[in-house]
Amino acid sequence: MSSKMYVGIDIGSRCIKVVALNGNGVEDSKVTDTGFNPYERSLEMIKTYKAKRIVATGYGRHFAREDFADGVITEIKAHAVGARFLFPSCRTIIDIGGQDSKVISLDEGGKIADFQMNDRCAAGTGKFLEIMAKTLGFSLDDFGVQSLAAERSVKVNNMCTVFAESEVVSLLAKKENPRSIALGLHQSVVDRISSMLHRVGVANEIILSGGVGRNPCIRQLFEQKLDRPVYTYANPEIVGALGAALVAASNQP
Amino acid sequence: MSDYREMWKELGLDLEAHDQLLAVIPQIYGDVYLSQKNRPEGMSYLDFVMSEIHGLRVKELNDLKASGGKVVGTFCLYVPEEIVLASGAACVGICGGADWPSDEAERVLPRNLCPLIKSFMSFKLAKVCPYFESSDMIVGETTCDGKKKTYEVLGEYTNVYVMHTPQTKDDSSRRLWLEEVEKFKNEIEELTGNKIDSLALAKGIAMVNAKRAALKRLNDTRKANPVPISGKDALLIQQVAFYDDPVRFTEMINKISDELEKRIANGVGVFEKDAPRILVSGCPMAIPNWKLHHIVESSGAAIVAEEACIGHRYFRDMVSDTGTEVDDKLGAIADRYMKLDCACFTPNKERINNILRLVEDYKADGVIHYSLQFCDPFTVEYASVDKALKNAGVPVLKIETDYSMEDAGQLSTRVEAFLETIKETEGVVL
Repeated sequence: MSSKMYVGIDIGSRCIKVVALNGNGVEDSKVTDTGFNPYERSLEMIKTYKAKRIVATGYGRHFAREDFADGVITEIKAHAVGARFLFPSCRTIIDIGGQDSKVISLDEGGKIADFQMNDRCAAGTGKFLEIMAKTLGFSLDDFGVQSLAAERSVKVNNMCTVFAESEVVSLLAKKENPRSIALGLHQSVVDRISSMLHRVGVANEIILSGGVGRNPCIRQLFEQKLDRPVYTYANPEIVGALGAALVAASNQP
Repeated sequence: MSDYREMWKELGLDLEAHDQLLAVIPQIYGDVYLSQKNRPEGMSYLDFVMSEIHGLRVKELNDLKASGGKVVGTFCLYVPEEIVLASGAACVGICGGADWPSDEAERVLPRNLCPLIKSFMSFKLAKVCPYFESSDMIVGETTCDGKKKTYEVLGEYTNVYVMHTPQTKDDSSRRLWLEEVEKFKNEIEELTGNKIDSLALAKGIAMVNAKRAALKRLNDTRKANPVPISGKDALLIQQVAFYDDPVRFTEMINKISDELEKRIANGVGVFEKDAPRILVSGCPMAIPNWKLHHIVESSGAAIVAEEACIGHRYFRDMVSDTGTEVDDKLGAIADRYMKLDCACFTPNKERINNILRLVEDYKADGVIHYSLQFCDPFTVEYASVDKALKNAGVPVLKIETDYSMEDAGQLSTRVEAFLETIKETEGVVL
């Protein structure tokens, strides 16, 4: 591989994502489970590249800075830069990650104008969806598809992952259709994140990034709720790592 | 420290629990404070005060009690310190800034309550605060619903006196407050057995005015670029202001200010020149609550001012000691305290104006609005603060948190992202 690579690594709670850029664009990208030793995993992932500069983001960015990263940026900036590169007229980013969800609004020039993050608990995050899929007996990949096939939606009142799980169990005991419960769960995530969106303001275009971008139901519900199109990238989970790689290539931060 | 065990035992502290509390402080203090580079030499006084946090000062208070003096414990800026000092009593702020031992309070208080209130109630129930146990009277105030109802509960465990603070600033409120100040003077006279005459009041006013002037002088040095003292150190000084001996404290703070003024003349700072400058605005950070300051300053920004009760609100206004009669002085004291712009007032336009003025005076690049969870006055007032700052083109970040460290990772991401946006507006764009 080329020796003039700029590498972005996004060390998330659920997955570690790496994007390597050469002079012409993306040369390589990888995604792996974070596992129990994020530091070892990160090292394994970057050692295959002869990197000129590495920029880290995600919750593991601080240990990366102490060890192998030349610079660090927050996930907010990483997603803003990555999304703007993929969608040059992007003004609103919804990033639903494993452990937190955030919404970012950009001004016309692409600068971050405002952002919101969920605080402390897993409500409204990818982890919430993952646990609910398991409780309902769906695979994560299939969860959104099954949910879209529901005939109606059953409201799930609890946003707390622990309480919602027991609510789902009791709905199943009442013989509710799992697909209908799934739709209700997706709806509750979208409602929660929409209130964050209203606080920062919504402008076109809207991008859904992070692993949850793969979930077709979440995307469709956002489109209905916001009454406008919501775009995703084919590999939505690497948007943050891409942003970090672009920042590495710009010789910042 | 072992010298004080007998004193702590006599005060009725739970020695085992108290040992656990004292064991964690040096670790935290080392990480947060002693790790800082290029600290002003004068901060060694504060290091000493902190190493003796439950020792020397508590002994001084108990020596005072042994010679017939009294100790008055307070939680809030509304309690007129001038009157307490005029009586010869000591005035100390009561512990309320630590998470530990938080579950104690939940025996008598609801879970979803301000962490400061839960903290002081926990300290009382767990018997781990020597200032609480040394106080002959605890003075509360009706500034918020959580506090005023908690004082009813606290009254079952200790001697509590509550001042009725007004909610507006019209004439009838001012009359009510003056009456409360007069009643408080009588109460303190009764507690101490000392008559508070005009001369004593003048002395009390002079002592507190001098302390406020010293704090103002110290804070003025934070206008410099580079800033000569960290926000963490300045916060600590403002926290210690509430329980140290006022005369000694004033002298030491003026000494530190001499040093800081020399630093400014020589262009010496603790952050690089042009490091991002942050104003923190909102709820008080009682000792040892250094959480936000530590996160912000570890991310490379300098905190240059605190628009808070443990901050500018404490030292901004002086009592103008004009008349000669007791009534003149009590009136002047009442007037000074009516200027406070806590979010418990409605309307509270003064606070918005003061925030904008501080942004200007301290050349802040952004404001972090800090509120403790479940603090209705500050969390609700945020909407007006946010609007005013956005209209003025000042970036603002809202943080709502408690004393636990469980959200530290989240907070540092938000703070770092806020600093990234500030740098972008200053022209560093990808």
